[in-house]
Amino acid sequence: MHSKKLSNKLWRQKYLILMIFPFIIWLIIFRYIPLWGWIMAFQDYKPGRPIWNQEWVGFRWFVEMFQDPDFYKAMRNTLVMSFMGLIFGFPLPIVLALLLNEIKNIAFKRTVQTISYLPHFVSWVVVASLVSEILSPSGVINQILQKLHLTNYPIMFMAEPRYFWWIVTFSDIWKELGWNTIIYLAAITSINPELYEAATVDGAGRFRKMISITLPGIMPTVTVLLILSIGNIINIGFEKQFLLRTAATRDVADVIDLYILTYGIGTGRYSFGTAAGVFKSVVSLVLLVFANWFSKKTTGYRMM
Amino acid sequence: MKKKAAGELVFEIFNYTLMIILAVVTLYPFLHVLAVSLNDPYDTVRGGITIFPRKFTMVNFIEMLNYPQIPWAVLITVLRTVIGTAVGVLSTAMVAYVINRKDFIARKPVAIMFIITMYVGGGLIPDYMLIRGLGLMNNFLVYILPGLISPFNVIVIRSYMEGLPSDLEESAMIDGANDFLIFWKIILPLCAPVIATISLFIAVGHWNSWFDTYLYCSGEPKLTTLQFELQKILSNAAASSQVDYYSNLDPNRTMKVTPHSLRMAMTIIVTLPILFVYPFVQRYFIQGMTIGAIKS
Repeated sequence: MHSKKLSNKLWRQKYLILMIFPFIIWLIIFRYIPLWGWIMAFQDYKPGRPIWNQEWVGFRWFVEMFQDPDFYKAMRNTLVMSFMGLIFGFPLPIVLALLLNEIKNIAFKRTVQTISYLPHFVSWVVVASLVSEILSPSGVINQILQKLHLTNYPIMFMAEPRYFWWIVTFSDIWKELGWNTIIYLAAITSINPELYEAATVDGAGRFRKMISITLPGIMPTVTVLLILSIGNIINIGFEKQFLLRTAATRDVADVIDLYILTYGIGTGRYSFGTAAGVFKSVVSLVLLVFANWFSKKTTGYRMM
Repeated sequence: MKKKAAGELVFEIFNYTLMIILAVVTLYPFLHVLAVSLNDPYDTVRGGITIFPRKFTMVNFIEMLNYPQIPWAVLITVLRTVIGTAVGVLSTAMVAYVINRKDFIARKPVAIMFIITMYVGGGLIPDYMLIRGLGLMNNFLVYILPGLISPFNVIVIRSYMEGLPSDLEESAMIDGANDFLIFWKIILPLCAPVIATISLFIAVGHWNSWFDTYLYCSGEPKLTTLQFELQKILSNAAASSQVDYYSNLDPNRTMKVTPHSLRMAMTIIVTLPILFVYPFVQRYFIQGMTIGAIKS
């Protein structure tokens, strides 16, 4: 009786099943089989042999990785650039959203917004090209610095390791600042307008209202996004570092993903590279679960 | 009372000035690169170009299009963007529709299977091994298949579908339409705004990607993309300012342009389509982002 009901239901939903079936196959092939590849991290993978017929080496690659000074360098670079991104990049969209909200001329506000979203849509390749042009010895930054007599000789920004982290941080801010304000502006529109009216009656000025109503009004959004970014510190990516680095700045540019790319694919040490990838995924998952737990605890808002 | 008004005026001036500075800082790099790309390459060497070309010329663009890879790269980039977007959006919408059907028998497990992949993935090496194992190296399909569906986009389209009235489906069902027809004829047209948003995101993603070319297709010159070609010029410029990537390819060529001007022209070519599409779809993506942001 029960199984008849089930087969009936299956038959009635044959089109739905047909519609989703290819995508489940896709999901298994492209998203779940690579997870199966994680066992390579515990093997001495040799190409040409099936994965179940490889030599097991336990945690050998992890031990080797933790003994590699380059790994620590990559870890340091990842963490430093992540935190610089957080410290400088996180508050700015909030400030911009607050200031944009105070602009009463709608046409002007729209224009500024439209312009500020633009860099989000161009690739990092283009941004890297623009940045190296602006920072070149004859570029506009060097011209300004020389006009102001802050320096007599052009600074080779792209070839100086000590500037690299700043260049990455500020290119990222330049690219995403406007885009990141969208969510805050959306949060601002949902603030109850009566609060502003009441504050006006109490004699509060514009600045006062911005600090005492708008800012607290978007605080839940701010908290959630902050916790989410902290959960993602190890997932900094590699695109900007890959594209902005030069031969001279490699030491400060190599992040975890570039480390995996160089050692895993570049030198063909697949098992070692997978081990580094597994390490990264595990740290990332732990951070996300922790961030989620913390967010639920403090704001009652769950992300997962 | 008067003091407060003065304070507000100062704030107003400060605020507007800051916004103008922001707009200038955002736009200047684009305008400067455009000016250099339209300026005579040997005149550019003298320096001093800001946002207007001094000696107008199209030679940088003409020269660039004369290099054998570039027309191919244009074709491949356009093809992957058009096909990848069409197939990607349709797949995403279909998955969203099935997951959104409250009566679908495997609704929950399927949704969970997709959501898990937002948090765990194989990583660089297992992905690479899979692509190699599947024989997708130096194959056009590698641009379309691996990134076909993003769970985030599924969530965005699904939350839009949730807001549609459900009696539409029911009445169509009574009329004898099957699930696929309902999806195709009723749901998809109603989702036009969110479909437009997601199409833009997917199209921009395709247009902007270079890493899959770098990793999977660098062995096949006919499959390179524009972004990848620009990246090659960039990394060569970074490796040594003396060596010119294009003159390396063809040492007999007389140099009508400088590598620098060529790079600027390439940067513009890669950026131009975005600039053209962007104003038209702007109003959609803000809406779409807001849905996505609230739901995720």
